[in-house]
Amino acid sequence: MALVLDEQQSMLQESARSFLADKAPVAHLRKLREDRDADGFSRDLWKEFAEMGFTGVLVPEEHGGLGLGNIEAGTIMEEIGRNLTPSPFLSTAIVGVSALLRANGERKGKLLPKIAAGELLMALAVDERAKHGPRQIAMSAKRSGNGFALSGTKAFVVDGHVADLLIVAARTAGEPGETDGLTLFFVDPKTKGLDVDRTIMVDSHNAARLTFDSVQVDADAVLGEVDGGWPVLEGILNIGRGAVAAELVGAGEEAFGRTVSYLKERKQFGRAIGEFQALQHRAAHLYSEIEITRAAVLKALQQLDQKLHKAAPFVSIAKARAGKTATLAVQEAVQMHGGIGMTDAIDIGLFMKRVRVAEELFGDANFHADGLARLKQY
Amino acid sequence: MTDVDTFRSETRAWLATNCPASMRLPLEDDEDRCWGGRNWEFKSEDQKLWLERMAERGWTAPTWPTEYGGGGLSRDEAKVLREEMRAINARSPLDSFGIWMLGPALLKYGSEEQKKKYLPEITRGEIRWCQGYSEPNSGSDLASLQTRAEDKGDHFLVNGQKVWTSYADKADWIFCLVRTNPAAKKHEGISFILFDMASEGVSTRPIVLISGKSPFCETFFDDVRVPKENLVGELNKGWDVAKYLLTHEREMISGIGLSAGRPLGQVAADSIGTEDGMLANPLLRGQIAAFDIDAAAFQLALERVGDLAKAKQGHPAMSSMLKYYGAELNKRRHELLMSAGGSDALEWEGERSRGGDRARSWLRTKANSIEGGTSEVQLNIIAKRLLELPGA
Repeated sequence: MALVLDEQQSMLQESARSFLADKAPVAHLRKLREDRDADGFSRDLWKEFAEMGFTGVLVPEEHGGLGLGNIEAGTIMEEIGRNLTPSPFLSTAIVGVSALLRANGERKGKLLPKIAAGELLMALAVDERAKHGPRQIAMSAKRSGNGFALSGTKAFVVDGHVADLLIVAARTAGEPGETDGLTLFFVDPKTKGLDVDRTIMVDSHNAARLTFDSVQVDADAVLGEVDGGWPVLEGILNIGRGAVAAELVGAGEEAFGRTVSYLKERKQFGRAIGEFQALQHRAAHLYSEIEITRAAVLKALQQLDQKLHKAAPFVSIAKARAGKTATLAVQEAVQMHGGIGMTDAIDIGLFMKRVRVAEELFGDANFHADGLARLKQY
Repeated sequence: MTDVDTFRSETRAWLATNCPASMRLPLEDDEDRCWGGRNWEFKSEDQKLWLERMAERGWTAPTWPTEYGGGGLSRDEAKVLREEMRAINARSPLDSFGIWMLGPALLKYGSEEQKKKYLPEITRGEIRWCQGYSEPNSGSDLASLQTRAEDKGDHFLVNGQKVWTSYADKADWIFCLVRTNPAAKKHEGISFILFDMASEGVSTRPIVLISGKSPFCETFFDDVRVPKENLVGELNKGWDVAKYLLTHEREMISGIGLSAGRPLGQVAADSIGTEDGMLANPLLRGQIAAFDIDAAAFQLALERVGDLAKAKQGHPAMSSMLKYYGAELNKRRHELLMSAGGSDALEWEGERSRGGDRARSWLRTKANSIEGGTSEVQLNIIAKRLLELPGA
């Protein structure tokens, strides 16, 4: 399969590009931040996402969606990255839908159309400590009554405070560090004993900490197999990682594009600073990094669509590259903008903040380098 | 089944039958490569057989037209052939500057007679070519070259000196940049000519490199007579041919960024050992993993740049990006190989180190970011042509 977008994918990208540039440019994020918006995102914009079909991009047509794949979802993520748009798109339309696609028929049939219609928000609760590490999950799920009782804490739950439905990874057996013994649950956030604490993050995007105190769920709340949740969790996480990598490509490329423009217009010593070779070479190096990363991300998204079970190395390569490349892009962007790059008045700093969060989300470059080394057995 | 699927299964079957087993083993070192030429001595009967069989099908130059000895394959088919060869670890049947560099330039700028005369013998590995570009005073500033070719009516008379001529002492012919109009601006007085290295007045002197080896030569021309018909393209328009050929040279050098041989992680595990299945040196493990990520992404970028070209979304200057990145990656790879090898990798002579192969290869890679245009020149090209920065 060629590593370029086909005609249909390019058209979707074009429509996402003009839609987001028009409806949700960086000013949209600034407004939500200044208003200290309680949701942290715009429900009106989410309705428009639904009208565009974006909320149902991964939802099969029989459930009211577009029935497309990760490449198409990735083109939308890239534009979200370019505009720093706060949106439940990742947690609901990509991660949430991917989880529901693995759920039983009844739940699927009931909930997928709601997501496509923009009427249901979801969030995935995995991390418990400061760094991503799904093997380390300690939250306990003990047999209780007709189901399980969940106790423990979750952190960095993206869109956790607005979600109507949570997917929670907990341990029904085994010890932290083991992949066996994990189980996934669908949990209603209003269940007794569950406390949701919104965390205001550096990037003004949404996240929450969740505290579970013997939260009771029914046996049919289980997604996949009891004790055997790992492969499902990894599959969902890899889909999320590919999507975040696409967002990072968009954010990094936009920061780079703005920087190159600035190099052409900013004058010092009587000439455009882009004439200085010290800056030209750094810009050219960054261009190379971005192009190479783009290839890796496209490959990972293709692989997620075609051979999900063999996608892990490609996803790790893509997420690690995307995190590092976008990080370099925003660092160079601030440095090359000079003093003005440090001000809140221009957008460059917002790119730096979002990239820092996205680099951390679902595993940073070191996490994925370690993952690749494990896969390659060294 | 699509046409490409059919082609794949036929290719797979043909390779299974025709690629000799010994041609599927990793290269021990550079001495195992097949370069061909008038004086070539095959290292084995299999090497000869493999070249003959591939050349017979035109697969030493898969995308060249069949009338010039090529395979006439589409880009998709050529990609399938590469993938299938990689799948069985098939060695390249022929390494050739004729195929990688001169051929594409002749296909674009050569006359019909020139294509018919030179291309088939290149694909069969009968004539080995070298490249006469750099001169002692013309490195990165290549267009300042001074080797003269005077018009003497029926021939050019060539005088001057080239340097860094790869394998000039082993090559049969040279493609050479010469100044045909000293009065014109530097880019406008250059011509691209071909001549036999056995011509009277040609001499070569190998240059000993830091690796102790001599892949490059100094090449001297003293009143060498070159027939007029050996001019490629128009007189004084040789810079166009030269630049076009350089994009192919860059692509050729980019290929070295692809990981060859055993995976680094395994090489390191052999020498350092593992604990709980992980390399016993965690910092080196991290460096190798970071390298593997970049190398894998680079391989995908090479693929994507080809796909972009096919979709008419590419840009010729992307070859500078690939050359820059591939060269830096290969240098990094060899630094890691040295680090993984520790003191074993420092041995310079003797059986155990196969004549100091690891150290010599490491030193050789330092030229990667110099030859075919330095990394800095590639960055200049990216800044100017892709980013359109002012004054670049």
